[in-house]
Amino acid sequence: MNDYESRFRHCVAGKYAFFSMALAAEPTSATLAENGVAPLNYFLHSYGPASTPTMYLGWVFVALLAAIFVIIALLLAGAIFHKRPAEDPRPIGREDEGMPWIYIGTGVSTCILFALTIYTLVTLNVIAKPIDAPALTLTVTGYDWWWKVEYEDDDPTRRFVTANEIHIPVGVPVLVKLKSADVIHAFWVPMLAGKTQMIPGLTNQQWLQADTEGVYRGQCTQYCGVQHAHMGLEVVAQSNAEFRKWQDAQRRSAVTASVTGIDAGKQLFLDRCAGCHTIRGTEAVGAHAPDLTHLKSRRLIAGGLLTNTPDHLVKWITHTQDLKPGARMPSVELTPTEISSLSAFLSTLY
Amino acid sequence: MTDAAESSPDLNFTRVPEVGCAPIGSAAEIRLAQLWESAPGWRGWLSTVDHKEIGLRYLVTAFIFLLMGGIEALIMRVQLASPNQTLLTPEQYSQLFTMHGVTMIFLYSLPILSGFSNYLWPLMLGSRDMAFPRLNALSYWIFLFAGIFLYSSFPLGEAPNAGWFNYVPFSGLEYNTGPNIDVYALGMVLLGISTTVGAINFVVTLFRMRAPGMSIERVPILVWGTLTASVANIFAIPSVSLAFFLLWLDRQVGTHFFDVVNGGKPLLWQHLFWMFGHPWVYAVVLPAMGIVSDALPTFCRRPLVGYSAVALSTMATMLLGFGVWIHHMFATGLPTLALSFFGAASMVISIPSAVAVFAWIATIWLGRPVFNTPFLFFAGFVLLFVIGGLSGVMTAAVPLDFQLNETYFIVAHLHYVLLGINVFPVIGGIYYWFPKFFGRMMNETLGKWSFWVMFIGFNLGFFPMHVAGLLGMPRRIYTYAPNMGWSTVNMVTSVGSFVFAAGILIFLVNIVVSLKRGVLAAPNPWDAPTLEWATPSPPPAYNFAVIPFIASRHPLWEDRLDEGAGRSSLERGYLLMEGRETIGTTPLDAIPDIILKMPEDSYTPFFVGLFSALAFTGLLLHWGGFTVLMALACSLSLIVWMWPRTALVQRAPYIKQDTGAVHG
Repeated sequence: MNDYESRFRHCVAGKYAFFSMALAAEPTSATLAENGVAPLNYFLHSYGPASTPTMYLGWVFVALLAAIFVIIALLLAGAIFHKRPAEDPRPIGREDEGMPWIYIGTGVSTCILFALTIYTLVTLNVIAKPIDAPALTLTVTGYDWWWKVEYEDDDPTRRFVTANEIHIPVGVPVLVKLKSADVIHAFWVPMLAGKTQMIPGLTNQQWLQADTEGVYRGQCTQYCGVQHAHMGLEVVAQSNAEFRKWQDAQRRSAVTASVTGIDAGKQLFLDRCAGCHTIRGTEAVGAHAPDLTHLKSRRLIAGGLLTNTPDHLVKWITHTQDLKPGARMPSVELTPTEISSLSAFLSTLY
Repeated sequence: MTDAAESSPDLNFTRVPEVGCAPIGSAAEIRLAQLWESAPGWRGWLSTVDHKEIGLRYLVTAFIFLLMGGIEALIMRVQLASPNQTLLTPEQYSQLFTMHGVTMIFLYSLPILSGFSNYLWPLMLGSRDMAFPRLNALSYWIFLFAGIFLYSSFPLGEAPNAGWFNYVPFSGLEYNTGPNIDVYALGMVLLGISTTVGAINFVVTLFRMRAPGMSIERVPILVWGTLTASVANIFAIPSVSLAFFLLWLDRQVGTHFFDVVNGGKPLLWQHLFWMFGHPWVYAVVLPAMGIVSDALPTFCRRPLVGYSAVALSTMATMLLGFGVWIHHMFATGLPTLALSFFGAASMVISIPSAVAVFAWIATIWLGRPVFNTPFLFFAGFVLLFVIGGLSGVMTAAVPLDFQLNETYFIVAHLHYVLLGINVFPVIGGIYYWFPKFFGRMMNETLGKWSFWVMFIGFNLGFFPMHVAGLLGMPRRIYTYAPNMGWSTVNMVTSVGSFVFAAGILIFLVNIVVSLKRGVLAAPNPWDAPTLEWATPSPPPAYNFAVIPFIASRHPLWEDRLDEGAGRSSLERGYLLMEGRETIGTTPLDAIPDIILKMPEDSYTPFFVGLFSALAFTGLLLHWGGFTVLMALACSLSLIVWMWPRTALVQRAPYIKQDTGAVHG
């Protein structure tokens, strides 16, 4: 918890104490979906200073605009149904009446809009950048239809690459640089921050911060082709210690030499998969598809489509085009023996 | 006789048109009918330049496109009704949502309004036709051919598939190798020709073709709306035509406007597209708002409250509309300062809309509403307009838009805007002007049913989309997983969309029934105030037997309004029957200053349209020789069209002559 966050909470606490308490009471350690929460529901759930001011802004807008709608609907109903004198003094009403309606209605609307605009611009300024310097910088590159994640470090040997699952330490701002390898995508982890387009030829950036440990779902929100629907990711926010542990594990190359009984599977991988996929520590250095060095450490596969179980993995490899039609990866035809040897090899990639 | 008429004779004129009466059945009226009616049969059908005929064609064609876009939407709603459905492949879904957008935005929403304006403008303005009748015919034919062109690849499974805003580089050759995007690019350039010539025609018609005395502050609001939309289109269409032309060059000639590897800029596309796209959004709602501003007062038995304020707010909306395109691009990584300006401007644009809303409510409040079907549609429209406007305020708030952008909240917002502010006034407008179009009233019982089914279905279908958006559902996904929490809202939306479709179906049944068995309509069945209701239902080919003189905004209510102004003269006016003629007036005060010789029917607009569409087909299929041949044929048709003819000399030589012995 940084002091920005506490300051923010102080200045809005009076107004939103009720909502804030409701939020604090939510369990967030497991995936939100498992708790019956729509995993992208940013309107009611926000877990960091890059998105919480926006959530409050949303509540104020919805409450105020709903009230305005009700008032106008009542005015309209009144206009239609209010009692009129039975005797009609004139067959046709006079043209020059009624201007006060426009003066008052437009005047009040303008004042409300002015106030909303001020509040909006203040909020925009608050979320534009973090108060503290980012503790971590990573680059996310959009591909059809997955995410490459690069963790930066001043020491090149400590940099590493992973895919589709971003780990961040809780309570500190993280700078995310956004690139695209092909078409325009948009990076969006709604419970932590708004979205930003990933435009080829440009490097955009945004920041996010999770103040509560948990798993936050992300999704591509710019139409990028047939499998736009299945371009998901997850952000795992963990304690600093756990994050460091994860980071250290990710930096290591795969240890395949010392494990016995996986040579057939490894050879199969090198023959059939290494053109696109990388496994650090082997001859597989393909750059068109997710880095699989620590495949088994991830919660999901196939761009967030399936949970990472051995069964799903086999199904994904052999029926790619049925599960994700149009994906760049072909359905790989394998004999039962090949399946079991490949599975054995992949299961070592912790 | 009015002031305007008295001030009209001018010594500079060599021929002052005769003033007189021409009641139905008189010799003068019969002569007019002979002059203006098109030939019977297919020849007249192909060659007519009658604005009423062209207007109806626009209406019917655009409505057919609405039905096609609607069917596409229903198929998508079946696919999305529950999670993990496999009715459609992802590619089919992409083509469906793209064609749905292209159809509704380009082939329905503006053309339907052009239909109303084409039919109604000369009648509302007291003229015998639009300023350029042949250009008007050309505008329709190109629209029709462009629509067919855009749909031609649909049966082959090669329809545009990159969404209606077609972002590069996804729509570039590298990621989209088929003919899909070329069809879209060429089709849009072709359609742009239609829209541009149509817009020019409206602008000139407004400033030159009003009846004497109909000064600029006396024209109906629909005219203001279409004028504003047309001026905007003249400026906005070049942007999108250029964008699509550059894209086509990138794809076919190998230029690098959008090609990242060679220094092209994908953001350029977004700017060019939305510089057009945002004004276009207003172009497809302002005339529809004009329909309500003109027709609602008829059912409230009083003039519109705040005519000048509403007319000015119409233009203010459009001026501001050119300065807010960035609000479609808040998530592109632009600097915060720039976002602040465009966000604030997008907030300001709702102020002119507030003027219109309060004007309508005040009109109802101070009037004595009559609950006919058109009134229901217009009152329902006001409510939907407010919802669409308020959700628009939410998307204008930059931080909120970082979340709302590209979710179903935007889908909900744009459907409230386009259906609420375009479709509801359009259907209400059809109920209102149907007796003028066809001489028969529409059925009221079916009408009320169609309104309530549409209104309930619409809100049931589209309101939950706001919720889906707040739950994080992105646009343009062909399916979703059950654990995302979107299943219920999607099922409700799908049910609602079918209820809405049922309402449209009732409306169509009503059209068919009323065409055959509707009660015959008097010239002014609603007791409306504006000039189009002074003509018989349906109006004769020449519109007005005599060009009327106008003294107020409400020529047909003058006796009862008793505003102290002069009286319009509708029975007695300029006869003008030496060939197809009408009067030209000055732009602001509508003082007559010229006799306009109007062209005869001609096949050339049809052939210019046909050959240009074929030339574009040649470009699409890479048939070089064919393209050149068609371009030559098109030029030849234009030469025939433009060939100077003495009968069309519009102003007699500047020499003293006796009246009557003018043109030659």
